[in-house]
Amino acid sequence: MSRGTATDLVYLLAIIGFILALKALSSPRHARRGNLLGAAGMVIAVAWTFSEPSVYSHTRNLVLIVVAMVIGTAIGMPAARFVKMTAMPQMVACFNGVGGGAAALVSITEFIALSHKSIALYKVGEVLFGVVVGSVSLSGSAVAFAKLQELMTGRPVTYPGQQAVNAAIAVGIVGLVAAVVATASTPLLAVVLGLSLVLGVVFVLPVGGADTPVLISLLNSFTGLAVAASGFTLNSDLLIVAGTLVGASGMLLTRMMSAAMGRSLPNILFSAFGSVITAGTGPDAEGRTVRSGTPEDIAVLLAYARKVAIVPGYGLAVAQGQHAARELADALSGRGVEVYYAIHPVAGRMPGHMNVLLAEANVPYDQLEEMDQANLEMPTTDVALVVGANDTVNPAANNTPGSPIYGMPIVHADEAHNIVFLKRSMRPGFAGIDNELLYDPKTTMLFGDAKDSLTKLVAAVNAA
Amino acid sequence: MIDSVVSATAGPGILGLVTVFVLAAFVGYEVVSKVPSILHTPLMSGSNAIHGIILVGTMLVLGEAHGAAQLTLGFIAVVLATLNVVGGFVVTDRMLEMFKTRPTPGPRGEEAKAGPETTTRAAGPGAGGGTGKS
Repeated sequence: MSRGTATDLVYLLAIIGFILALKALSSPRHARRGNLLGAAGMVIAVAWTFSEPSVYSHTRNLVLIVVAMVIGTAIGMPAARFVKMTAMPQMVACFNGVGGGAAALVSITEFIALSHKSIALYKVGEVLFGVVVGSVSLSGSAVAFAKLQELMTGRPVTYPGQQAVNAAIAVGIVGLVAAVVATASTPLLAVVLGLSLVLGVVFVLPVGGADTPVLISLLNSFTGLAVAASGFTLNSDLLIVAGTLVGASGMLLTRMMSAAMGRSLPNILFSAFGSVITAGTGPDAEGRTVRSGTPEDIAVLLAYARKVAIVPGYGLAVAQGQHAARELADALSGRGVEVYYAIHPVAGRMPGHMNVLLAEANVPYDQLEEMDQANLEMPTTDVALVVGANDTVNPAANNTPGSPIYGMPIVHADEAHNIVFLKRSMRPGFAGIDNELLYDPKTTMLFGDAKDSLTKLVAAVNAA
Repeated sequence: MIDSVVSATAGPGILGLVTVFVLAAFVGYEVVSKVPSILHTPLMSGSNAIHGIILVGTMLVLGEAHGAAQLTLGFIAVVLATLNVVGGFVVTDRMLEMFKTRPTPGPRGEEAKAGPETTTRAAGPGAGGGTGKS
């Protein structure tokens, strides 16, 4: 068997690993195995690549490759191992961004290597596609990271003429790309690179913090496409298939995520979600009163209820209160109260984020209810205990057509007999809009850090 | 010369590569078409790790690099791609680790949709509520 055939076979194995990985990641039962399959595919592909003459024939280059891989592992491994579960979304953004950067660099380096030779026009086109999409993914992910890490405001950043400026940058890139194809000029390529990085930033700035996960998914898909473009440049089926798999599945995943929020993708990308701070304010905006209670009041309410729904949100995650929530649930179950968790699909900061956090606190799976199921039970629920959630229970999504979140499915906490909010303050949620449920006569507020409040409630329930 | 960079995989012409691209796009779209929402984040993270395959591309490029510019860019590319691969798979595994020890790997709300495969779940330990004692 020739080397070429052997390489093709090994890379085919890796590709099968990737496809099976994506398949298995789509079912809870096999998800972990799927990830391991993907990793196995990666390991055999990378290991085999070391046997390529072009990789090992220059000793200096081979040493550099190994050193670079050691550095990458030394940074990536601890970063991934020790990141807090609440910080997962920005970590994914970060790893996605560096992937996009790597794809862009491969394209640029190939361009420099090729620039002395006469090459087919489509080759230059592939290179440019990789550079533009990879750089947009890199800088866009960096901004998404900054938003989620709260290094900058999570609010949409808008300015007059924003759409026009963005469109002008995009058109400018297209024009320059044509110029580079015609002239194969390296300085012009540098300008394309710079403008693409700027485009990634301005593309992400107007997207609100609550929508950032959808955006990360989109950028993830972009990186896949940039990798596929590099595959065209390098004539590598492996890169084309793996990159395209991610590009296509990422596109679908992005659409499913936006559907889970009841919004369309263009709406998320271009509507500057959340810039209208008070869109949810009803006619009774003024003179509304808020009822707040002591932990003891609320503990009695909970302890003598028949059925309690815990509606967790990002505030619970930030306060690391998932263990305290489980203790409260245990204390209540111990008294014969039926407890379940009503999980909004986008509770936390990413779809599925809350399930991961609660699983970390050993909450039994059978107590977790997805939103649709929970909403069926809500009218017979005595107390809906909303912990650090806001937008995901905001009735404005159902009854205020002007609201930015109108149309988003919500947990119908408003249908429970009583509502208790554990919240740090009256500040609006991530989407930046007011929540009329806070002023509902059925609602009792308990202000404070979610974990502290839950701990106090556990003590009070045990004493009740 | 581009063909010598990946001589091993340089087989079909551009049309062959486009065919591969189109087929892969359909496979990618179909293969995740039934993912439940609780797995959206792990799936995103897992596919994020898979595009780390660019590492193979960066290795080929750095292996053939000449001159300071190409060597520097190639070196940075390998570092970034390694970060993507290592970080991507490890983070995904940590997310999915949460699903591992339990006999009932999914929330109850899913049973209704998940079909016959999962109907035995309720029989597992930990089912039925009231698991904790204060």
